[in-house]
Amino acid sequence: MFGYYLDLAWRSLRRNSVLTALMVLAIAVGIGASMTTLTVMHLLSGDPVPTRSGTLFYPQVDPDTSLRERKDPSDVMDYHSAVDLWRSRRADRQTLVTSGEIKLRAVDAHKPPLMIEMLATTADFFPMFDVPFQYGGSWQPGDDEQRTRVAVISAQLNDKLFGGANSVGRTLRLRDNDVRIVGVLKPWRPSPQFYQVAGGRFSNGNTGAFYSKPEDVMVPFFTGMEVGDGSFGVFNCWRVPDDLAHLQDAPCAWVSMWVQLDSPAKAIRYAQFLADYAAQQKGLGRYTHADDTRLPSLMQWLDYNQVVPSDVRLQAWLAFAFLAVCLFNTVGLLLAKFLRRSGEIGVRRALGASRRAVFAQCLVEAGMIGLLGGAGGWLLTLLGLWLVRRQPAAYADLVHLDPAMFLTTFTMAIMASLLAGVLPAYRASRVAPGLQLKTL
Amino acid sequence: MDILPILSTLRRHKITAFLVIIEIALTCAIVCNAVFLINQRLDRMHMSSGVAEHELLEILFADIGPNKNQKARTEEDLAALRQIPGVLQVSSANQVPFGNSSWNGGIKLDRNQRVSTLNATTYTGENVLQTLGTQLVEGRNLQPDDYMDFDDVVRAASVKDAKGIPKVTVITQSLAQRLWPGQQPLGKVIFYADYPMTVVGVVKHLVRPAFTDSATAEFTMVLPMRITQGLYIIRTDPNNRDAVLKAAVAKMKAINPHRVILKQRPWDEVRGNFFQNDRAMAGLLVGVCVALLVVTALGIVGLGSFWVAQRRRQIGVRRALGATRRNILHYFQTENFLLATIGIALGMVLAYGINLMLMLHYELPRLPAIYFPVGALSLWVIGQLAVLGPAMRAAAVPPVVATRSV
Repeated sequence: MFGYYLDLAWRSLRRNSVLTALMVLAIAVGIGASMTTLTVMHLLSGDPVPTRSGTLFYPQVDPDTSLRERKDPSDVMDYHSAVDLWRSRRADRQTLVTSGEIKLRAVDAHKPPLMIEMLATTADFFPMFDVPFQYGGSWQPGDDEQRTRVAVISAQLNDKLFGGANSVGRTLRLRDNDVRIVGVLKPWRPSPQFYQVAGGRFSNGNTGAFYSKPEDVMVPFFTGMEVGDGSFGVFNCWRVPDDLAHLQDAPCAWVSMWVQLDSPAKAIRYAQFLADYAAQQKGLGRYTHADDTRLPSLMQWLDYNQVVPSDVRLQAWLAFAFLAVCLFNTVGLLLAKFLRRSGEIGVRRALGASRRAVFAQCLVEAGMIGLLGGAGGWLLTLLGLWLVRRQPAAYADLVHLDPAMFLTTFTMAIMASLLAGVLPAYRASRVAPGLQLKTL
Repeated sequence: MDILPILSTLRRHKITAFLVIIEIALTCAIVCNAVFLINQRLDRMHMSSGVAEHELLEILFADIGPNKNQKARTEEDLAALRQIPGVLQVSSANQVPFGNSSWNGGIKLDRNQRVSTLNATTYTGENVLQTLGTQLVEGRNLQPDDYMDFDDVVRAASVKDAKGIPKVTVITQSLAQRLWPGQQPLGKVIFYADYPMTVVGVVKHLVRPAFTDSATAEFTMVLPMRITQGLYIIRTDPNNRDAVLKAAVAKMKAINPHRVILKQRPWDEVRGNFFQNDRAMAGLLVGVCVALLVVTALGIVGLGSFWVAQRRRQIGVRRALGATRRNILHYFQTENFLLATIGIALGMVLAYGINLMLMLHYELPRLPAIYFPVGALSLWVIGQLAVLGPAMRAAAVPPVVATRSV
């Protein structure tokens, strides 16, 4: 029976090709617009470390001693707080993070020098965040404090400098210091670049920068302090620092810390430890706001920073409103189409077709429009995503249609058209057989 | 034109009429708000910078490590750049308008104030105002004997030596207005990092390198410090900017071949980059508006055609009873006008509601009243245009149709 309905639907669609084209077009445009924005939302609001985001936390203390009014602790720590907490090793894993721009030259690669972003971090960074390696591996935990001159580089930089070959053991010159490459990452592009997210509440919704690419060179934290001294980016200062170039003792926030806590009980204990640390620092006269400590989880931290840019959210709203208009349009056109066939339906009813059968047949026709609209919507989504990729946003290169979203496109198109078809099909199934026969 | 018969006919097509109304209402509401958003973005994009927009070049280069004779090298660079034909002014500055990365600091009106009155951006660099081409409205520009070396100032600040800190500043009109509304700003004192500075000049406009809120976009002050930070601004004759830029970069490379030039661009490009998201968003919104209006118009055409086909006999009868083609045409036009009017009325309420939501979540201002009549007018026009085709077809129905059995 279904096959027969399909055949009937196909014939009916071809009979009124202009009306059909209008409906298919409306659904395609609506689906194309909403799937484009939905895909972007999906890519930007996902979990950047799905394997272990539940165990990652972002400790916050408030080293700011100024008298400013405040509601929240600082987004980033000063050097001493971060290093103290890291050295106390109370978490299952812990890592420090800070970055800056530095001049790089590959000693034997005969390429012009580059300015690159260097990440100074600790050995736990790689296992904590599931960072994949292509060649070699991380430096050893001891290398952080020993200031070993080693580095891990991104796949992108490895391609640029060494043509993608195994460059482990080769030497890079960072400013005037030689470092030896111990590891090369696989292409790694967390979305967002979660370990650098901070200050979202000050950005007025312009959070596109949270989706930047990871740094090209990563070095042990204290090695970084030596080779990159003076080049690290500052989040905020609460007094004018005495020495702008060397931030170790400066009244400035510029180092972030992440911890891994494998059970809720450990998280509670760590939060207590954090509060105790702040109280102790207040006792020492270093802090003035000891009660300002927090321990948000990774996803809570991303929420707090409102990582999805407000423009993207606005676009999604717009697209769905647009889809709604397209659907109302389709409902009207389907109604027109079905009721125009009242005569034909009357004959079928008079010959014994049940209301249910008429209803089913009309829905099949609506579904077929949905399928065609879905195909058009898929093409328009590809076009839309291509347009997004050409935008200047930091997340542009992340944007692609994954299989899940591909399936969603068609599911949504068919669901939308069936929804649009319910009322017209119901109306069509109520056509009285006798009346229509008479007027024929 | 009799409206009552039209209404009674519409009552027999409640659902389809309702759908047209809803579609028009939604379109009206969305388009009103979208056009408002577009205008907001356009206003932002056309914001005045206060500088000689088409005469500036920016060259950004890496400062390679600590260097003892940075100052002498900068002097050498600047002297060489000045010799390039077409160059009017050069300055080694700390930041450029719309350049995105900025120096900011809190300003207090009283030394004992606990919290800063506001946060302003700070331009420094010898001759930076003259190079940027800002327009002085009161007082004087910064002069050669006002200037101090940035490194000396930092050293003085670290030992709290007030003598080594600049004493004068030039600010924008916008900042002066905010600090001392309606008063004469010349001679007034502000506290920057707790050091007093006297306002000696006021410039008309000078925008910050970066801002999120247009209201604070021109909270700008200029301090007399010479700085060597790897950023040169060149003012040149607008006609051969590209040639000057090329010559300037070549000269800098010749002076120091190991130098990494990070950016070299005409200032218009700086401005273009700053607003690229706004431009993309405005483009997208325009696309959505056009698509919405097209979809709505097509919907009206589709339903209009259906109604005409359904009423062929009725039209034939009316024609046979003496209705002119013009009467039939007007009938459909009036019908559409009625539907559109109800839709627009609903759409206005909805537009206002959406605007309230946007005000809440996106800190947008209230929708100006002018959008309502303009939105209404455009939807009426679109409705009339869309229904014209079906209505003409209806008017073409010959009276003889009445005598046929179908």
